[in-house]
Amino acid sequence: MTRAISGEELAAGLEQRIPGSIIGTSKESILVNNQSLLSLAAHLKTEPGLEFDFLSSITAVDYYDYFEVIYQLTSLEHNHSIVLKVRCHDRENPAIPSLVGLWRGAELQEQEIFDLMGIRFEGHPNMKRIVLWEGFQGHPQRRDFLSW
Amino acid sequence: MVMKTEPLVLNIGPAHPSTHGVFRMRATLDGEVIIDVEPIFGYLHRGIEKLAEERTYQQFIPLTDRLDYVSAMGNNMAYCMAVEKLAAIPVPERAEYIRVIMAELQRIASHLIAVGSFLNDCGAFMTPILYMVREREKIVDLFEMVSGQRLTYNYMRFGGLSQDVPDEFLPALRKFIDQMPRYLDEYDQLLKENEILLARTKGVGILSKETAINCSMTGPMLRGSGVPWDLRKADPYSVYSRFEFDIPCGARGDSYDRYRVRVEEMRQSVRIIRQAMEQLPVGPVRSKTPVMLIRPPAGEVYSHVESPKGELGFYLVSDGSIAPYRCHIRGPSFINLTALREMIVGWKVADAIVIFGSIDIVMGEVDR
Repeated sequence: MTRAISGEELAAGLEQRIPGSIIGTSKESILVNNQSLLSLAAHLKTEPGLEFDFLSSITAVDYYDYFEVIYQLTSLEHNHSIVLKVRCHDRENPAIPSLVGLWRGAELQEQEIFDLMGIRFEGHPNMKRIVLWEGFQGHPQRRDFLSW
Repeated sequence: MVMKTEPLVLNIGPAHPSTHGVFRMRATLDGEVIIDVEPIFGYLHRGIEKLAEERTYQQFIPLTDRLDYVSAMGNNMAYCMAVEKLAAIPVPERAEYIRVIMAELQRIASHLIAVGSFLNDCGAFMTPILYMVREREKIVDLFEMVSGQRLTYNYMRFGGLSQDVPDEFLPALRKFIDQMPRYLDEYDQLLKENEILLARTKGVGILSKETAINCSMTGPMLRGSGVPWDLRKADPYSVYSRFEFDIPCGARGDSYDRYRVRVEEMRQSVRIIRQAMEQLPVGPVRSKTPVMLIRPPAGEVYSHVESPKGELGFYLVSDGSIAPYRCHIRGPSFINLTALREMIVGWKVADAIVIFGSIDIVMGEVDR
């Protein structure tokens, strides 16, 4: 059984390593500061005992006040998982750092989020629309995009 | 004399039989060798995730059939499990067992199509796929018996199934399960050590273990590269922990290994179905909880299953209303395309078709 690591437990250790990186925690997730996302993700990937080598899924949710990007991380070696969350308050021009450098699996998924939700991933090698065509107006997965 | 040469851009697809749907590869060629490839998709994008936000939870079940339409039962199951986790709906034992039987039958059907069309792409034109469609037909007949449909079943509901299996189902299933291993032996006899198949697939399109993990590959792609990661064992859901089965793995991560993993998985699925039939309890197939217009408590949930193509996950966010606030689908076919470039660059056009065929994608799930 994949063990869901408690967010509170993990955050306590991480806060010492990278001060100011954690904004909030819950039972199975940690909410991370935008600026420290990259260093924290690199730490999670390589730290012995954690070794989250597998990024299983990325998704984004539009909460009107902010966008939340959710990373599902798993360690194939230790069979445990954690949910990483990042918030983005800028609605006009939202941007967060890309994790492609750490997990290539993020490549297409970040492109998809850019396409449908309009969040720009800085450092992504190919940040353009993926399922919709170039020139499409708007980002349909946003809550204020009406489809009828 | 020095000849002036330049790279040539070749579009493969979107309407080409070897691209398994409306997939397009823009390949840059140097002679016959591919030096760059860019996957282009979206021709089948229907905005299913957006449609989910405009429907009630129950109304979305038929749409999940249209994701990976070669494995509709598995999609039904994954979505129902996510909603059940979100709204804490119990599922009766018998329903769980029948779900497992359906999911494993669907795995066999999906792998038959995957292997059949892969061999078709290798140049074994029509003969293997004809045999494999013959067996798939029997599975489709079984599904028609329980749900009335042959492709998009819409069979599962929150808290169980839409109806119990009819009386004639179990004898028919037993007959199929007894026949299937012999059919698999027949395929192996024809193909396993076939000289031409070995020449076309051994060592072609190697995906290393590290790349596979780094690119978030799942399913037979990951296992073909030698990583024994199967959610049915790693994170057992439903009643999978009660069955004995092995995880077939490849050694080198080439196209041949992926083909072998799929064939061996069919044998394991037969094993699971046999055990599930022996243990199948009697009882209701649907819980008493009313599910027509459920309003799950506000919250979020990520639930995943091992679909024939890999990890199929549903991320649902509820705001307490009758429709999901957000429904994200982690489609294995989509993410398995991440490593396409690594596998194809450096090979010839004919090999690219074989390598692409060994990924086994369904466009309904890639574009969503």
